[in-house]
This record gives sequence, structure tokens and C-alpha cells, in this order.
Amino acid sequence: MQKNIIKLSIISLILFIIGVFFIGLNKSSIYDTKDLVGQKITNIQLDHFSENRIITGEDLKKNDFTLINFWASWCAPCRDEHATLLKLNNDEKNLKILGVNFKDKKNNALKFLKDLGDPYDDIARDEFGKYSINFGIYGIPESILINKDLIIIKKFIGPISKNDYNFIKQIVRKQ
Amino acid sequence: MKIKIIIFLIILNLNVVNAETSLVDSNKIFKNLRCLVCQGQSVGDSNSEFAQTIKLVVRDQIKEGKTEKEIYEFLIEKYGDWIVYKPPLNKVNFVLWLFPYLVFVAGGTIIFLFLKKRDNH
Amino acid sequence: MLSNIGNTLLSLNILIGISIIYFSFKNLNNNKILIGKKIYHLCLFQSTFIIICFLTLVSAFIVSDFSIITVYQNSHSLKPFLYKISGTWGNHEGSLLLWAIILTIFSFFFLFYNKYHPKNYRIYSLIIQNILILGFLFFLLFNSNPFSMVSPTPKEGLGLNPILQDPALAIHPPLLYVGFVGSSIYFSAAMASLITNYSGKLFAQSIKNWVLISWSFQTLGILAGSIWAYYELGWGGFWFWDPVENASLLPWFAMSALLHSLIVLEKRNLLYFWVIILCLLTFILSVTGTFLVRSGILNSVHTFANDPSRGLYILIFLSLMIFASVLLFFSKFKNNSYNLNSNSKETFILINNWFMIFYLITVLLGTIYPIFTEVLTDHKVSVGPPFYNAVIIPIVVIFLFFMSVGPRIKWIKNKFYNLNLLFKILIASIFINFCIIYLFQGYSLMSNFIIISALFLVFASLMDLYKSLKKQNIELPRVISHLAFGFLILFIGLNYNFSIEKDFNLKVGEKKVFENYSIEFQNLKLEDFKNYKAVIGEFNISKSDENLNQSLYPEIRIYEKPSTITYEASIRSDLLKDYYITMSNIDRSEYYNIKFQKKPFMMWIWISVIFISLGGFLRFFKNAKKYY
Repeated sequence: MQKNIIKLSIISLILFIIGVFFIGLNKSSIYDTKDLVGQKITNIQLDHFSENRIITGEDLKKNDFTLINFWASWCAPCRDEHATLLKLNNDEKNLKILGVNFKDKKNNALKFLKDLGDPYDDIARDEFGKYSINFGIYGIPESILINKDLIIIKKFIGPISKNDYNFIKQIVRKQ
Repeated sequence: MKIKIIIFLIILNLNVVNAETSLVDSNKIFKNLRCLVCQGQSVGDSNSEFAQTIKLVVRDQIKEGKTEKEIYEFLIEKYGDWIVYKPPLNKVNFVLWLFPYLVFVAGGTIIFLFLKKRDNH
Repeated sequence: MLSNIGNTLLSLNILIGISIIYFSFKNLNNNKILIGKKIYHLCLFQSTFIIICFLTLVSAFIVSDFSIITVYQNSHSLKPFLYKISGTWGNHEGSLLLWAIILTIFSFFFLFYNKYHPKNYRIYSLIIQNILILGFLFFLLFNSNPFSMVSPTPKEGLGLNPILQDPALAIHPPLLYVGFVGSSIYFSAAMASLITNYSGKLFAQSIKNWVLISWSFQTLGILAGSIWAYYELGWGGFWFWDPVENASLLPWFAMSALLHSLIVLEKRNLLYFWVIILCLLTFILSVTGTFLVRSGILNSVHTFANDPSRGLYILIFLSLMIFASVLLFFSKFKNNSYNLNSNSKETFILINNWFMIFYLITVLLGTIYPIFTEVLTDHKVSVGPPFYNAVIIPIVVIFLFFMSVGPRIKWIKNKFYNLNLLFKILIASIFINFCIIYLFQGYSLMSNFIIISALFLVFASLMDLYKSLKKQNIELPRVISHLAFGFLILFIGLNYNFSIEKDFNLKVGEKKVFENYSIEFQNLKLEDFKNYKAVIGEFNISKSDENLNQSLYPEIRIYEKPSTITYEASIRSDLLKDYYITMSNIDRSEYYNIKFQKKPFMMWIWISVIFISLGGFLRFFKNAKKYY
């Protein structure tokens, strides 16, 4: 009797492990931080791009929604999303876009904006990239949509796509 | 015999006293962090943009006086559990940490009982 | 044309495999004592054809026949000749062909060298092995065919990843495959042993040399991988507890346990069923490792390019293997009565097994745990070096002490004559450790324990070495392996604690000074090579308290086909230490990120592993001389 229990449990264990492997095969995905939503961003302290002041969380609380977009002049995919950002800035009055210039030179950044347009309501600079860590950024372009209470609604890894645009439009217009 | 044991213990103690106490070692932390944009490398071993940024931030936090644990907690909060190579000891992970030792104790017990049975023959 | 030859040979081998199984069953039921010549001939053909098939693929690589997809994806006409050849098995499909060769050749030689064992046992081994062979051949022919063609024929290949173009990596798969693919033969033999009830001492004798060979090669294979990682990957380490590394270590633990248990089975006719479990477990772990590595289920720096259908096939094959072996084992298992004294060598071999299983379970659990958390909780967790080191190292300390004492214990009843001597060795170890701390620098408590226990094993083994050289007895192989293992742990411990690592940014002309070292970035130049361009930095290392003046030349290599950038470490080795520098560029800056490392005793770490496997080979040759 005892022997049968042992045999049964061994076979069940093996079946369980193989089952998990089967499911795992279909699941294997590349890791991203998309699921870190619902968190409140604290300790926001960004140097303003041109003015001699610091942008803090208090400034962002004034907006209904803020899209924080990390970009740089040397980043090729950033060009791809620029048109979408301009559209968002134009159409959505509830949304303010904060651009954070990441590890870039001032002149290059200004030229980039001159050539492609400036979709940003405000611009900050993260010269060494250190502040991006506070936002959970690991590559650019990356954008975070937050609400009035500084809670992360969604993270966008890579350039903002058409789907992302529609999503943002939907959220922002709900108010 | 007693003298031997005493000498033994003294030397052992001297060794233990010399054992280094750990300060916050930036290299150790870098090696414990996963480079999220690399394929299986630690921040310490990688030179990607991301790794360089993380190194800066960690060094700053060490200067501010943060402990190793606080630094990991900060990064886990921003990037998820996956960024740390040492799985944190929580409800989910204690199976991972405990099971090997359970196996060890079980194995030892099995052998002990096995031999005890035979010795009694 | 080469493609047709290859495919024909593969299909031919499938037919031969089927006919071997057919004729084997026929042979089982006839009354003859000997195995029919037909089977020998079929096996010979099988081996010959698979070798020719493999050579066909090699030829395709040598002549750069890009009509074959595998060659197109993994080779290039400008690739150096030696790497064209090793490119054959440096990819998924080609390496499977290597699997097939080892399975087939081992099948034939096992049949051939087991002439004095019962016919039915040999036939069943052959049948099971051929079922495995067929499984792989089907996989090869229908899913991962190295001879698939691409049309129209491309003019040039995509090239082989330059970090794979390395001599250590070239021999790494063949060595490993003789190891863990070779373990298939004692998997089949174990099944055959269960079916035919051929157990005990004679069964042990049948498989022991095969276990020895596979274990020794597996050790060398793991070494080659670590050497490659150290020289090529540029982080200065040689073991990362990466899933692919763990996949090669798991069978090694099982093989080591098996190796020791076989001694008990042969000498005292005990532990038969445990030996069977280990035989089955080793190959099961080998295939599990292959599954984990090639299916894409795990993320690793070593992964091959991934394709989910491969994973599915391997998993099905693995499941069938596991169920067949488990069910067979359960149906044949009998609770034997044992007659062993607890104060004997068997106990210590059981202890060895106990520790090996612990290591095995820890590494297996750590490797597959992320899969479980992701599937069950949708949460991704990393398990890396801090976990394995924290869990395993304390246990290794105890293990080393058992390893020192075990071999000295007698087989039946042991009397502790040498307790005094062991005590003296312990004092010596503690004293030497103390000297190291006093003369150089201190280290963590755990490191103290590891170094003391490693020294203990080293001293105990040195005494054994002296005794065994004097007596010229058969203990020499064991002594060499154990001594080398002690040295390995000792050198790893010292290397870990006395390594220096410094990460800093410099531009040309600048100097970095820290502790007693001064590193000057003297020069940077650009050079053109056959298939890459190199940015070579010249660094001068000097030490204020020593007469040291070394120049190191790390490189950044820019390859065209495929378009990759690699960072070549510059390493200066001598008997005591390695100096190691890597240089990488920082985007949009004229600064370079420099990593300087001093790694003591690296040479000795490699040498220790070679001697561990040497012990295995030595024992194998001694056995071979005796029986053949």
C-alpha cells in the first residue's frame, strides 16, 4: 500500500513537471516591465532642459494626464514616434507631454526638435541617464502615461504605435 | 590530547577573527543585477547603455549611505524581481531556498535509518 | 548533390535501425547462444553510414556549399578552414548529427565489447539503444534536417558568430557529447538489465568502463566550455550558473554518483536498483538539458536560435523515455535485503551519492524554477550565482571532509587507526589557512571553511599519493582525481578571494592609479584583418611595489559577416596569476570603459580539472588492460 502511494506520487510529480514544461514552451516571452502599472511614481526631480529650475511631482500633479516620453537625438526609433507625439499634443487637451532628453547634447537635441517639430509641453534633461532609473526605464524610446495622482497607467516600451495612440486617446478622453 | 584541542581552538579563533567584515561592495551589487537588455549577463559584466546607467545610480546610492538591501528593493520596485539574481526570500520563493536543504536532511535521514536497521541485525 | 547523399544516408540509417530491432527480436527467440552475424554487420553499416553522413556535412562546410541551409546560415567562404569544419557542429542541426554518431558508435562498440555477457541482455541493450537512435534520426530527418536545401543558391553565407570561432569551443561539443550522449548506452543497458534480470557484479562490470569514459569526457567538455567562456566572453569569469552550463553539470553529478556506486555494486553486490536509477537518470538529465537549452524556454547567453517545434519534439521524446523507464523500473523493483556494516566504505559511497543528489537537485531546481514561477504565477524570477553559491558552498565544506576520509575506510569492518593522523592533517590545514590570512589578506568566514576543508582534502590525498606510489597499487587513479578535486576547490577559493577587479573610464593618454597599480592607456590603433577590423588599445600595467611592466592589448572587433561587434580580452598568464583587460567604447564619447582584473591561479584551475578527468582515463586504461 505504501509502495503504491510512493509510485503514484512520483508519477504525478513527473506528469506535473512535464505539464509545466509544455505550457512553458508556449509562454516563453521576452521580459518587459509593462506589468509594473498601478505604482505611484515618487521622488520626481528632473532638471529643466533650458530653464534653471527643477521639475517635480507637484508640477505634474497640475495636469490631468501626463505622458512622460524619454527620447534622444541619437535614437533612431525616436524619430518614428515623433509624428504620433505631435498628433497627441495637438489633439488631446487633457494630456500634457513631458519630454525627457536622455544622455544627449543640448545642441543636438534642439536641432532634432527644430527638424522634426516640438511635441512637448515641457522638456527636461537627464544628462547621465540616472533619473530614468527612477521611472523604471531601460531603453529608449520609452514612455509612461500617468494620471493626476502620479499613478502609472501604462508603460510603452519602444516607439508609440498607432494602437498605443488609440489607447491613450481613450484613457485621456474619459474624463 | 587536551593541549592539542586547545591549540586547535585558538588557531581556529584567530582565523575567524581575521575573517573580513563586509562593507557595501559595489562590484558585488553589480554582479547581482541582471542587465535587462542583454542576453544573460550581469550589470557588472555588461557595457550596455543600461548597465552603465545602473552602475552610476548604484554608486550614487552607496554614497548616500543606502544598504545593499535597500538598493535591491529600490530596483525591484522599479523593474520587477527579474532584475536581481538572488531570488528574494518571500512566500513564493521559499520553496526554492528551502527545498534543497529539505532534500539534504531527508537524504541524511534515509541513510542513517538504513544503516541503523542493518546494524541492528 | 551533397544534400542528396546526406538525406539518403539518414533514411538508410533509419531503415537499418528498424531492421536491427527486427532481427534483434528474432535473435531473442531463437535457441542459438551467439548473436547472429547479420546483426553485427548491420551495426557496422549503421556506424559507417552515419560517419559518412557526418563527413558529407563537413565537406559541405569545407567547400562552402550554400545550397544547404545549415551551411548558408552558419558559414562563410572567408571563414578560416578549421572553423569551417567546427562550424558543422556549431549549430543545432549539425550538432544533432553529432548526437546521432555518438549514439550509433556507442551502440556498436557496446555490442562488440560485451561478448562475455548474456545474449539477451546484449540484444535488449541494442534494441533500446536503437529506439533512441531512431528517435533522433526521425527528429533529424523531419524537423531539424542539416541537409535541407535553399533555392536559389545564395552566393555567400551568413557566417558564423565570431565568438564561436574559437578552438576551445570547437572541441567543446564533441567532448561533451561523448560524455552525456554516451550515457545513452548505460541507459539502454540498465533497461536491458531490468528486462532480463541481469544484475549484480557482472552488470556492473559490463557498464563500468562506459561510465568511466563518459564521465571523463564530460569533465573535459565542461572544462572546454569554461575555458571558452573565460577567454572569449570577456567577463573574466568561467562559471555563471547559466542554464546551459547547468545542463552540462547535471549529468556530471549523476555520473559521479554512478561511478562511485558501481564500485559498491561490483565489489559487494549491493545497491543494484540504485545504480539502475542513476543509469536511467543520467541520460534523462542529458535529454532534459538538451530540451531546456534548445527549446527557447529559458533565457541564456548561450542559447541557440530558437524554434518551438524543436522543443515540442524533444519534450515528447523525453516524456516517452521517462515513462518507459519509470514504469519498467516499478514493475521490476524488489526490496532486497542488505548486509552492510555502517562502519565501512559503502557508507561513504552512500554519503557521496547523498551529496551528489543534493547538488543535482539544487542545480536542477535553480535552473527550472523560473519556468515554474512564470507558468504558475505569471511572475518572472531570476535565479543566478548568488543562489547557487549560497546554497552549495557550505555543503561542499562538509563534502570535502567526507571525501578525504572515505577512501581510507576499509570495505568490511573498519578500525580507526588513522584518526590521529587525520587530526594532524586538520591542524596543518588550519595553520596553512591562517598563514594565508596573515601574510596576505583576510576573507569571509565561509571562505575560511572552504579553504581549510580543501587543504584537508589536498593533504589527505597527498599522503595517499605517497603511499600509492610506493606500493604501485590500483589506487592511483582515485588519488589523482580526489587530489585534483581538492586543488580545484582550493584554487577556486583563492582565486575568488584574491581577485582584483576595477571598472573605470579612460581616454587615450590617461592613467588610472589605484592600490599599488598604475594602468596607462598608451595607444589606440585601427587594424584590418581577413574578416574583421580591430580597434586595438595598448595598456601598460605597472606596480609600485613590484618590478612589473606588462603591456596588454584588448580589442574591439568589428565583423562584417555576420555584422557583429566583439570585445576581445587581453590576457597575460603566468603560473601565479592572469592579468585581464577588456575595453569597450562608450557611445558618443571619446572615453573607453576599461575593466581590469587580476585573477590568481587561473592556470591551476584548468590544470586541476584536467587531472580530475585524467584519473578517470587512467582507471579506464587499467581496466581495459586487465580485461582486453
